[in-house]
Amino acid sequence: MPTLHTVNKSPFERSAFISALNHMRPGDALLMIEDGVVGARKASAFAALLENASQRCAIYVLAPDLAARGMAEKDLVPAAKLVDYGGFVDLVVQHARTQAWL
Amino acid sequence: MADVQAPRVDASVKKRFLCVNRKTPYGTIYALEALEVVLISAAFEQDVSLAFLDDGVFQLAKGQSTAGIGMKNFSPTYKALGDYDVRKIYVEKESLDERGLAPADLMEITYEDEAEGFAEKPLIRIVSRAELSEIMAQQDILLNF
Repeated sequence: MPTLHTVNKSPFERSAFISALNHMRPGDALLMIEDGVVGARKASAFAALLENASQRCAIYVLAPDLAARGMAEKDLVPAAKLVDYGGFVDLVVQHARTQAWL
Repeated sequence: MADVQAPRVDASVKKRFLCVNRKTPYGTIYALEALEVVLISAAFEQDVSLAFLDDGVFQLAKGQSTAGIGMKNFSPTYKALGDYDVRKIYVEKESLDERGLAPADLMEITYEDEAEGFAEKPLIRIVSRAELSEIMAQQDILLNF
């Protein structure tokens, strides 16, 4: 059973996002929440890394956290899928364990 | 009103816990809290192991001296983990390399192997990033600090 990885820090400030990508296994999922959502911006310094990771892992962004920061789906890399709080719960249930990269 | 029943606890259930440590020891309370949680989990006879990666590798550095910052040096506590039946402490090699650290820069942590006349054996295992990812995928619960 795959692992759900959550990242709640901006990759511009902390290494959590990079560590998550480095430890994700094929079939795992990444959910970007809180300040972590800024790491999913298209044309950012991290966009290519994220697009690359999306070849083997699903990428999700928590919509309320994105909206709170003045962004919408059009601002994200194409691989990122938006989820609401219910979707967050579904992801937790669908995975065997959650690794929170604090 | 119906009686509220306490949840039944099955003491025979043993889960695999991995405590994932990624921060330096004194800048935040995470490292100390992680140690407390590990000691509690081990007291409940769970299968507990620890992983140190990213800045977490500094938690195991030899020669920590906190007199000058007015904080308790809790690093000797790691040496007691063997007595709590913790048998697996994983340290990520890439994290050591990135920080200019070598295994020799870490504290010696041992346990007494009952099966071999209480011979002292090292608890720390240096693992690669790929091996650590694999170890994480084998756990029931990941505790993050």
